[in-house]
Amino acid sequence: MMNSKPSWQVGLALLLCAIAMTTMPLLAAEAPAPMSSGTTSLIIGLIALSGVASFAMFSGVASAAVLFIGAHGAAWLLLSGIAGNEGMARMPYFLLLAAAWLLAWRCVAILSGLKPTSPQIRTFLRLLIPAIFGAWILIIWEAVTRGAGIPFILLPPPSAVAARIANSLPILAADVRQTIFKAVLFGYVVGCGAGFVVAILADRVGFLRRGLLPIGNMVSALPIIGVAPIMVMWFGFDWQSKAAVVIIMTFFPMLVNTVAGLAASGHMERDLMRTYASSYWQTLFKLRLPAAAPFIFNALKINSTLALIGAIVAEFFGTPVVGMGFRISTEIGRMNVDMVWAEIAVAALAGSVFYGVVALVERATTFWHPSVRGGRA
Amino acid sequence: MTVNQATATRVEQSAVVEARQLGLTFQTNDGPVRALSNVDLTINKGEFVSFIGPSGCGKTTFLRVIADLEKPTEGTISINGMSSEQAREARAYGYVFQAAALLPWRTIERNVALPLEIIGLPRAEQQERIKRTMDLVNLSGFEKKYPWQLSGGMQQRASIARALAFDADLLLMDEPFGALDEIVRDHLNEQLLQLWRRTDKTICFVTHSIPEAVYLSTRIVVMSQRPGRVTDVIESTLPKERPLDIRESPEFLAIAARVRDGLRAGHSYED
Repeated sequence: MMNSKPSWQVGLALLLCAIAMTTMPLLAAEAPAPMSSGTTSLIIGLIALSGVASFAMFSGVASAAVLFIGAHGAAWLLLSGIAGNEGMARMPYFLLLAAAWLLAWRCVAILSGLKPTSPQIRTFLRLLIPAIFGAWILIIWEAVTRGAGIPFILLPPPSAVAARIANSLPILAADVRQTIFKAVLFGYVVGCGAGFVVAILADRVGFLRRGLLPIGNMVSALPIIGVAPIMVMWFGFDWQSKAAVVIIMTFFPMLVNTVAGLAASGHMERDLMRTYASSYWQTLFKLRLPAAAPFIFNALKINSTLALIGAIVAEFFGTPVVGMGFRISTEIGRMNVDMVWAEIAVAALAGSVFYGVVALVERATTFWHPSVRGGRA
Repeated sequence: MTVNQATATRVEQSAVVEARQLGLTFQTNDGPVRALSNVDLTINKGEFVSFIGPSGCGKTTFLRVIADLEKPTEGTISINGMSSEQAREARAYGYVFQAAALLPWRTIERNVALPLEIIGLPRAEQQERIKRTMDLVNLSGFEKKYPWQLSGGMQQRASIARALAFDADLLLMDEPFGALDEIVRDHLNEQLLQLWRRTDKTICFVTHSIPEAVYLSTRIVVMSQRPGRVTDVIESTLPKERPLDIRESPEFLAIAARVRDGLRAGHSYED
C-alpha cells in the first residue's frame, strides 16, 4: 500500500535514534533524578519499533495509529523524565525528541492523505490533524524550555502556564468579565451598529457620502495608542473609556465595508427593482442589504479581533484594578510572566470563540454566496 | 410607404406603446453618442413584436426607454396613454433581462414572489400566482431550490415566471434566451409562444437571431446602427399556431429572407 511505503521522516527518525544511542546518556551526570536505562531503552524501542512497524502495515490507518502511539508514548516518557532535571538534558535527549516529532509528522502526513467517505470521519480528521499539530507545538515548547533550562522569565513552559490558569480562575474570570463582557461587547455592538447606521445615512444623503467618507478614512488611521489615554481622560478609568476606544476602532471598518457592500448589488438587479417601482427602503431591505451581507460580515470579523486588541491596549492607560490589559501590564512588572501568558492564552481563546461565532453566523446567513457554498458565481 | 399605411390601419386598435420621433443621445466621455434617432412605432394590444438588428443598434435601448430605465432626449413615448414614468409606477409591464437576475439568497419560489411582495399582495394571492406561473413555465417541483442549484435554462424560465407573476399586460424581453444553447432555446421559444396565445399579452422581444424573430413574431422591427433607427417593419403572415417545423416552410424562409435583406441594407461596411 502506498501509505505504508518507507518515508524519509521515519528513516531520519531511525537514524536519529542510532546517533542518540551512540551518544548516551540522555541527561547530564549530575542530574538529581536520572532516567533509568529501562526508560531510555523503552523510549528508543517505542520510536524504532513503531517506525519499522509503520512500514509493515497494510493500511494507512494502521500505520498512522502505530506512529501515533509510538510518537506520543515516546514524547510522554521524555517529558516525564525531565521532571526534576530541568536544564540537564543532553544532545541525545533532543535527538530522541526530534525523532518522536518526525514520527508524528509522518502520522499527520498519512492522515491528511486519507480520503474517507463518511462525513463523521471527515469531520473527526479535520479536528484531529490540527490537534496533533498543536499538541506538538506544546510538546516541543515544554521539552525545550525545561530540557534546556530556559529562564522562566523569558519563556515559561506551557505546563506552568496551565497550572497558573488553573490556580487563578477567579482572577481570570473577573478580568474576562471586565474586559470582554463590559468593554469589548458594548463597544463592539455600539461601534458596529453606529457604523452600519451611518453607512445607510451616507448612502441616502449625498453630502455625508462625499464629506464623511474621506474623513472616515483619516480617522481610521488614528493610532490607537494616542487615542486611548484621551478616552481615559474623557470617560474615566472604568470600562466606559475602553468601550469608547473599541467604538472608535470598530466604527470605520464597519462604515467603509457597509458602504462598499451597498454598492455591490448588480445593475441588472437594481433595474429590476426599478421596473417594480420599488421604494428606496424596499430595494434596500430586499436587494441591497442582503447583497451587502458578505461585506458586513467581513467587517464584523475584522472588528471582533480589533475590539479585543483595543480594549486590552486601552487598559494599559488607566483602569480599576481588574481587567486583562491591567493584569498584563502589572504582572509583567512583577515578573509573573506565567500570569501574562495565562492572560494571553485566555485572550486568544476568547478571540477565537468570538471570531468563530461570527463566522458561524456568517455561514448560516450568506450560505448563498459562492465563497461559502464553494461554487461558481 | 407601406409601413405607414400598415400602422395607420391599426390606429383604431388600442395602442399599448406609441413612440413619436423618439431620439436618445448619451453623453459619454468621448462626446455624445446617438443611440436612437427618429423612431416612430406603434405597438398594439396582443401583438408579438421582435426587434432585430446588429449589436449597438439601440434595440435594447428602445426597450429600456419603454421601461423608463432610460429617458429619451427627443420625441415622446407613451404606454397605455401614460408617460413611461407613470406606466412604470403603475406597474404596467414586466421586464425579462438578458440574464436571469435571480437573487441567490431566495429560493425560486421566493424570487417569483419578490415583485408580489413589493406590490404588497396578500399571502394567499401570492401563493396562488406563484403556483400558476411556475406551472406555466414548467418549473413545478423546483419551488424550494435556490437559483444556483438550477441550470441556466431553468433560471431563465424562473425569471420569466417572475415577470409573469407580476401579471402586467405588456411583457418586455431583452434577449432572454441569448445565453442558452439551441435546443433549450427552441424549447423555450415554443413555450413562450404557447404562453402568449393563452394569455393574450403584448410582447416586445429583442433578439439578434433571425429564425427566433420570425418564429415568434407577428411583426418584426429591423433596426440599424449609428444612429439606431428603424429601417423596416415586416408583418408576419404565419398563422398564430406555429409548430417548430414551420421553420422549414417556404413562407417562413421568405420572411426570414426579407429580414436578412433588411439587416443587410441597414448594415454599414464602411469601417
